[in-house]
Amino acid sequence: MFSMRSGLFLLVATVAAADPALHSSSDGAVPYNLGKPLTNDQIAAIDISVLPNGEGLPDGKGSGREGAKVYATHCAACHGDQGEGRGDFVALVGGRGTLSSNQPVLTVGSYWPTATTVFDYIRRAMPYNTPGVLTTNEVYAVTAWILEKNQIVAPGTVLDRHALLKVSMPNEEGFVPDPRPDLAR
Amino acid sequence: MKGRPNNIHAKQLTRRSFVGVGSLAIAAIPATVTAEEMRTLGAARREYGERSQFERAARLFPSASSTPMTGASRSPLQDQFGIITPSALHFERHHSGVPTIDPATHELAIHGLVERPQRFTMSLLKRLPSVSRIHFIECGGNAGREHRGNPGATVQQSHGLVSCSEWTGVRLSRLLAEVGLKPSARWILAEGADASRHARSIPLAKALDDVLVAYGQNGEALRPEQGYPLRLLVPGWEGNVSVKWLHRLHVIDQPMMTRDEAASYTDLMPDGKARSFSFEMESNSVITSPSGGQQLEGRGWIEISGLAWSGRGRIEQVDVSTDGGRTWGQAELQAPVLSKAFTRFRLPWRWDGQEAVLVSRSRDETGYIQPTREAIVAARGTKEGPDGFNHYNGMKPWRLTREGMVTHV
Repeated sequence: MFSMRSGLFLLVATVAAADPALHSSSDGAVPYNLGKPLTNDQIAAIDISVLPNGEGLPDGKGSGREGAKVYATHCAACHGDQGEGRGDFVALVGGRGTLSSNQPVLTVGSYWPTATTVFDYIRRAMPYNTPGVLTTNEVYAVTAWILEKNQIVAPGTVLDRHALLKVSMPNEEGFVPDPRPDLAR
Repeated sequence: MKGRPNNIHAKQLTRRSFVGVGSLAIAAIPATVTAEEMRTLGAARREYGERSQFERAARLFPSASSTPMTGASRSPLQDQFGIITPSALHFERHHSGVPTIDPATHELAIHGLVERPQRFTMSLLKRLPSVSRIHFIECGGNAGREHRGNPGATVQQSHGLVSCSEWTGVRLSRLLAEVGLKPSARWILAEGADASRHARSIPLAKALDDVLVAYGQNGEALRPEQGYPLRLLVPGWEGNVSVKWLHRLHVIDQPMMTRDEAASYTDLMPDGKARSFSFEMESNSVITSPSGGQQLEGRGWIEISGLAWSGRGRIEQVDVSTDGGRTWGQAELQAPVLSKAFTRFRLPWRWDGQEAVLVSRSRDETGYIQPTREAIVAARGTKEGPDGFNHYNGMKPWRLTREGMVTHV
């Protein structure tokens, strides 16, 4: 640390010289350049984003048949043998056509608008107790199993980064932008 | 509010009689205030203060759960004074438990549609210009049970998923200036380092407006439950977007459609369509004292007090009714009234011992007036989304019985 006297001197000197290094505002456009460079390898090691346009989907593949084994091992204990849900754990399968009824059943199949969300969420957060334990092929496979059970893809479909992008979700047109404030005074 | 006025009254009377009447009267004075007794010394110093052993305010959560590492705990709003929620009583919501993160090794990575992808250690973040702001955080699902028609018996049960702190950190706009946005940048994905890698997409306009990357809460480091050592703080928006344990910001050209924005935190309407990306928490208020579960100890003056907040700015006015909304009186607002922060309101009232229904109604600086439950149900129906109701802000009435009991209506 510099002494107060030299600090004051420094302040006067820099203001007089209009030194750009002494910002008066935190909103200055000039970068402070404190961050360390992030290399492509470092980004690849942490980036698990998957976008709806397919950006970020990894190489690998899996079928519903393979997914059935993954599901039985890692998922069925909570979500039920056929994805029907159990207790606090939500149903993954069913509910098609119920959204406008008085008893809507909201599942991956009936409600979720984007197929990439299914892959992303399983890879990101499932299984609940041990997220991250599934291989990329296993994530594709169990995604295929859930979509197959919901009759969104045909039996035998093999999902990879190209096939997943072609999946059309039943409720993809089911969402509207926030209209609030929506209440009359 | 139990009996405090009576105790003060009794103490003052006793002291006055002791001083005025003199030593002859000592025999008539209760034994508790008589002689000079030998006094014992108090406790020693301690490095980190704890509250008094007599204080009992606590967060509330179900004792049994099939998933104890997920879920929420509710803040005891009935015990809060002023506008700052003690850090230890700030509500919690997490999906996969509270991670233990060493700040010496924690880094924030910023990449995607940027000119200079960078990573920041905690010590580097603290070298950047900092700001402190007082803001509430409210879970999108707060008071959802009121929407369902299953009102909470206490204000902690009904509204305990909102709290207010002073947050300190770096403006997100500052960090984005450090990395340099590319022209195609439109959204920022924020991701936490919790086990489930919780993630939400935030529109660039909000990111550049008032979002903080915070490391401080109420004068000290964030509490672990609040994202230690680093969190996003998105003022006024549903709490789920204020990503805790923040370790990655990904600048993208479209929302990522994470589960929590594509399915959860959407609002299903009667026609089967659902609203999504409903970020702002609208103007709200609730009376915290007297509130459900409390007991008034007799008629006379009391202070009606509560909290109001709006995700769209400052609270401009709070009205209070003691007759269920037929007539209203304007409450006093505690200054300073801050944008997207708790605002404490107060109104003295003389209870005549008759049954009463107490309710508050807020208006924010946009002119928006807090609605009734009936108005919300009429506009949005009663269909729950995947995780229940979100974005409910209806007025909350409390019934005061002739016996002084406060219950939900």
